[in-house]
This record gives sequence, structure tokens and C-alpha cells, in this order.
Amino acid sequence: MSLKLGIPSKGRLQDKTIDWFAQHGITVQRTGSDREYAGQVIGVDNVELVLLSAGEIPKELAAGRIHLGVTGTDLVREKMPSWSDIVAEVEPLGFGHADLVIAVPDCWVDVTTVDDLDAAAAQFRADHGFRLRIATKYHGLVRDYLSGEGVADYQLVDSQGATEGTVKNLTAEAIADITSTGDTLHANGLRILSDGLILQSQATMFASKTAEWDATALSAWSGFSKGCGWADKPF
Amino acid sequence: MKNDRRARIKEVADRLAAGFVSAGALPVETDSLLPADVLLDLYGEDIRARAYVTHDPVQGEQMLRPDFTVPIVQRHMAEGAEPARYTYNGNVWRKQSGGRPTEYTQVGYELFDRTDPAGADAEVFAMFSGMLAGYPIKVTTGDMGILLAAVDGLKTTDRRRAALRRHVWRPVRFVRLLERYGGMTPPLETRSDLLDQVAAQGAEKVLAQAGTPQGLRSEQEVLARIAVLQQDAAAAPISSEEVQMLEQVLALKDTSSAALETLRDMAASFPALQAPADAMEDRLKAMAARRVDVDSLPFEVSFGRTSMEYYDGFVFGFTSPDRPDLPVVASGGRYDALTRVLGQGRSIAAVGGVIRPEALVAVQEGAL
Repeated sequence: MSLKLGIPSKGRLQDKTIDWFAQHGITVQRTGSDREYAGQVIGVDNVELVLLSAGEIPKELAAGRIHLGVTGTDLVREKMPSWSDIVAEVEPLGFGHADLVIAVPDCWVDVTTVDDLDAAAAQFRADHGFRLRIATKYHGLVRDYLSGEGVADYQLVDSQGATEGTVKNLTAEAIADITSTGDTLHANGLRILSDGLILQSQATMFASKTAEWDATALSAWSGFSKGCGWADKPF
Repeated sequence: MKNDRRARIKEVADRLAAGFVSAGALPVETDSLLPADVLLDLYGEDIRARAYVTHDPVQGEQMLRPDFTVPIVQRHMAEGAEPARYTYNGNVWRKQSGGRPTEYTQVGYELFDRTDPAGADAEVFAMFSGMLAGYPIKVTTGDMGILLAAVDGLKTTDRRRAALRRHVWRPVRFVRLLERYGGMTPPLETRSDLLDQVAAQGAEKVLAQAGTPQGLRSEQEVLARIAVLQQDAAAAPISSEEVQMLEQVLALKDTSSAALETLRDMAASFPALQAPADAMEDRLKAMAARRVDVDSLPFEVSFGRTSMEYYDGFVFGFTSPDRPDLPVVASGGRYDALTRVLGQGRSIAAVGGVIRPEALVAVQEGAL
């Protein structure tokens, strides 16, 4: 079975991934029309390129339908409980940097740390009769972090996009979201808590531990590992 | 083969439930799908990590029953007469890591009786202890009421006592708060900076410079918390004697009767420990009357501290010393605080416990 390599199907992440391979002497290119999701790898034999939405890559790795995949560490940790049993981090690729952070409105001058957030949540619940709402799409990561910090009296509300607007729209009191520069947070009158960094994420090459690594797949791995300087075995 | 095992678990569950019924408990059934809002409000986000949430287009978020306690307390508060004894035998669903089953049976017993707390604690414990006799498991007991009373007795501000009390079930934050209130760690730098600014310019001005107000948490709420922070900064630290007392209480681990003696000694210097020591003495007497050997019964003040937020009195747990991989075989305790939250003003005195027949069968297999 040839080695299946999953890369993002479009956008900046795809371009950067292709650039990264090019720097290591491997040509990854799309074939057919711009709209067709097909491509090939030149320089390593027995590789099948699979173009996937970045959000699907963790699931495909977990199911073992692809051997290697490029996706953000944030997605892997959010979507896979006990992720390290299922995938191995082959190499951080040095792009797609994003931090998952907790942010509160600028006007909360009394809240600069997670400790303050906890105290504010207690008072908020007493004043309003419901738990302080934190909007996010990273439920698992945020919950684990806050639970580890011993924060109580909050609730997570789901926000799949435009999370920075939820405070203004009165659907949340605070947010936990991915940011790279902090500009969008700032423009929306939000400030990151000084100890509110939950995870530093970047695009990373992952190897699936559930995929079938037969001789053909392993020989393709060797082809990659020569160019990219990876270990002899995927994990 | 798998079916055989299921059948054996069911057999054990039915036998346990029959035991509770013959002790006078009324068998009750509850819905498997519960409205999520009640459970979420009660347990907070932690329950989402443990329970399965599903969505109904009309009824909104529903949760697959993660335990029986909540629906039984609700039902009892709506229609029950006291004293009441209930038993249940059915499945619960919990997300698990490490390959443990996500659907399993619980057999439980709940006692609502406000007249004789010591007697009720002893009755429930003696019943579980009797039904589990002969299995290769060990028991531990505890009493959350001791720590709560110790916190309530601290000579400090109401706010500090309330903050510590709120985090009794979260040891990490409890210790951090205690260290700050005891002057063992310096105040947060960001907090001192804010208070300096407020002292120089006034709170309103500091707030006005901080950007346009937005969100549901109002300027008044921010100003109110600044006032609280000012009061807290001015408050004297909790004395090192009291911090030590709390640490001693937390570390207390002995046989039940020896632990009671230590507690009595401590109560001589810290009168707040008098009432929980009396309560413990009453309970140990009631347990001894039911032929529990309190001179050998293990006791730890901190036992059960992280397992369930609403246990606020006597707690117990049965585990397998040979199979640390197994979940707790049986556990229970007093949860008056939970009924207070669910009852929105009303409350009842409640003590109960639950057995996992699947763990009991596994313990037996391990011993064969």
C-alpha cells in the first residue's frame, strides 16, 4: 500500500506546506484544474497525495486512512483525547503559528489573571443567576485548562466563528480563541489574560499510529526521512 | 462469553437491589434522558467532560443520565414524604478514557431524613459495609464537614472565608488562596498595580481610561470588585497558627477513633472544630451500635475532596487494593449542599451511596 500523505486542500496552509517540502527537495504539486482536489508528489516513490480540509486531517489520521498529515497542534489536541496514543508528532513545520488564549473585555480593569477570572465568575453568577459564559470552539482544551487551574462558576458556549464579537453581542462575557497577532482581539476591545495562554499551536507533520505501515509505506517514509531529516521509523 | 459476563453483572446488581428493598427502600426508576440545564448549572463544565450531551429540536440540550442522584432528589423534593429510603438499579453513561466502559450499571441507596444525621450516616454506611463484606476490597471514610467548619472558623474576612469555602473541592486553588491570604506568597503584581492606580486617580477614572464598556458584566460590577480588592488588600493576613491548623486538619489520617481524639485535642485551641468533633463522635457511636469497628475503620479528612463537589459531610469509598486499575467499587456520603442548590431555597438532609456491580464482578474475578 502506498503511503498516504494528507495536506490542507487550499489556502495559505497548503501553499506553506508545498513550500516546506520544496525546501527539502520534494515537489508536491496539484494536478488537473485548480478546482480539482488531486495532486502528486515527485521525489519520493509510492506516495499518494490526499487533499483534505485542515479540520478533517486529525480525524483521518485517527482512523488510519492517511499515514502522514499536516495540521495544527490545536486541532489534534482538541479533537483527539489521548492524542499521543493515536498520532506521533514528526516535526513542527515552523508556520501557521497561533496561540489559544483566554481574553476578556478591556473594560474589566479588575481582571488580568485567571485567578481574577475565577473571582469575577463567582460574583457574576451571584449577580446574574447564571454561570459566566466563555465563547469558544476549543471546548476540550479550554475546559481542561480551566479545570487544571481550579476555576469554577463558568460555562462554555459554542462559537464556531467571529468569536471576538460574542461579548459585544451579549452572548458571552469572555472568549477563548486562536490568535496569531492579537489584532482582531484588540480591535474588538478584548485583552488577553496575563496567564491566559492555553496552547501555542503551529502546523505540524503528524504520523498516524493506527495506519497500516506495510513495507511499501515504510519505504516511502524512508524517502521522506532522507530529504527531511526525519528518524528511521515514523514512531 | 461477553453475554455471560453481562448476565453475571445483572445478577449481582439484582441481588444488591433486592438487599436494599428488603432493608425498606422503595425501588424507583428515572428517565434516561435528563434536561441538561439542571445538571450543567449544578456541576458546571466538568459534567460536559463526563456526560454525553445530545440535542432535541424541541426540548433543547439533553443529557444521558450520568447519575441517579439528581433525578431522585428532584422527585423526592416534588412529591416525597420524609423520612424516605429509595433504591435504584439501572444504567448510567459517562465518557471515559483508557478503555473503561462508557455504559455501566449503578445500584444505589438514598436516605432522606433530617431528624438524626448521625443515625442516617451510620445506617447507610453499615448497609453498604454489610453488603460488601467478604469481597477483597478496602474502605476509607472521611468527613468534608470538618474542613468546612475549620474554614468557617477562621478569624478573617467573610469574603476570604467564602472564597476558601467555594474552593474546598479544588485543592490547587484552595492552597493558592490560603497561601495568599496567609501572607506566604506576595500579592499579585497586576493587582497591586491596579490598586496603586486607583489610589492615585480614583476607580472611575481608571475605568474610563480602559476603553468602551461592553458585555453583560457592568461597570458597577467592576467597581464593586475593585472595592472588594481594596478591602482585601487592607485585611490582615490569616495567622500562621490558623494556617497550620488547616494544614493539620487536611493531613489528618488515622483510624476513626484515633482521628476523633486528635480532633478533640485540636478543638481545645480552635473552638470551630468542636461542633464537627461532636458530630463525628455521635456518628461513631451510631456506627458502633451497628457493629462497625470504629477502632480500626480508616479515616482521612481529605478523602473524597476532589471526587464530587457536593459531598459536604460524611463520605466513604470502597476500592480494590489489588486492582488499582478498577474504578471505585462503591462510594457515597452526605450531600445536603446538593439538595440546597437543587431546591432553590429549600433543602433536605440526604445521604446515599452507589455500588458498581461491574467493578464488584471484576474484583471477584481477580480474587479467583
